[in-house]
Amino acid sequence: MTTSPDWPLFEVFIRARSGLEHKHVGSLHAVDARMALEHARDVYTRRLEGVSIWVVRSSEIAASDPLDADAFFEPARDKVYRHPTFYTIPEEVKNL
Amino acid sequence: MYTQGLDSLGKDCLASTSAETAALNERFEAKIARDERIEPKEWMPDAYRQTLVRQISQHAHSEIVGMLPEGNWISRAPTLRRKAILIAKVQDEGGHGMYLYSAAETLGISRDELVLQLLAGTAKYSSIFNYPTLTWADIGAIGWLVDGAAIMNQIPICRCSYGPYARAMVRICREESFHQRQGFEIMTTLAKGTPAQRAMAQDALNRWWWPSVMMFGPSDVDSKHTAQSMRWKIKRFTNDELRQHFIDVTVPQAEFLKLVVPDSKLAWDEAAQHYRFGEIDWSEFHSVIKGHGPCNRERLEARRRAHEEGRWVREAASAYAEKERARAAAA
Repeated sequence: MTTSPDWPLFEVFIRARSGLEHKHVGSLHAVDARMALEHARDVYTRRLEGVSIWVVRSSEIAASDPLDADAFFEPARDKVYRHPTFYTIPEEVKNL
Repeated sequence: MYTQGLDSLGKDCLASTSAETAALNERFEAKIARDERIEPKEWMPDAYRQTLVRQISQHAHSEIVGMLPEGNWISRAPTLRRKAILIAKVQDEGGHGMYLYSAAETLGISRDELVLQLLAGTAKYSSIFNYPTLTWADIGAIGWLVDGAAIMNQIPICRCSYGPYARAMVRICREESFHQRQGFEIMTTLAKGTPAQRAMAQDALNRWWWPSVMMFGPSDVDSKHTAQSMRWKIKRFTNDELRQHFIDVTVPQAEFLKLVVPDSKLAWDEAAQHYRFGEIDWSEFHSVIKGHGPCNRERLEARRRAHEEGRWVREAASAYAEKERARAAAA
């Protein structure tokens, strides 16, 4: 016995206010993108939490592997000179 | 919440040698010790995964079954305002069930399995929802006491070591505080009303007090899972700590309503700064959990009926989507 049709999983992203980026809020099952949008509205924006919703099938998301995170992000680790605080500027110099 | 990615991860884990597993476990334990969050695709011990599946799914089922006792009163709410509020609350519970099922799915169990376990009667859910809602005052008592107890349980879970569960809980807690307040408002209105309305409020408190106190689960000495769950930072406080906190904050609220908490042993302990309370009837708790509460059968039958009666909607949606896909392919 199966209980429900095998509807795909969608990830839901919501823009909270105009000017902000869409942010991942959770996931839901739906038969297609249109139903996913309507369900996302009902499940994730009952209190006006958003002005725009994106949904994408979870299977379409490629993600970095958490086990390889150390090696994957290693190239940025020794490049502190990419941050402004790396540089010493004489105190009397302004607007820099 | 990326459920699909878990299948391949599971296979990798099976193939790994015990030395590799030990290294992975060490890394996992170190993350827990640093108070970092564990995310779905990361390696985690099977027991941690199983514990979370059990806890999150029970929590999800509780939200879904929790719609039933209150749904009973939607058509009989005394005013349009109360009716709109109750509908919104019941809709929230449904939403909370959805957040939690999604969180459980990130651990590799499918929605279908979860729903099946509930409908088959093999899944557990909170014992409280197997009590009947006999009068309108019960809706007040549920909001005030049951949601109050639930919030107390849930706030520490916002800091749970498992990311998706913690995030779902932040969302839920944000929404639940209105649930408790609307319940207390109902109780206040009844407590200030006619003698008959006061009596109704007192009767609801009499029936819901002990089941609410039991919602925190078995006493620490009898709780099978507490120690390990606390070590894994799934749980942050023990059942008895949370229960004591609930009683400490709720008794003054009952006093404000001038209602009597149905516990003759209840007394303020000045030295400990806590209320002392009477013996809990654990045989009742275990009997309700095992399925012998006043409404267990009725609740499951209602869920099964709702599921069957909704079948045609799900099938129609699938058929329509299929037709749309075929149309798009032909165009």
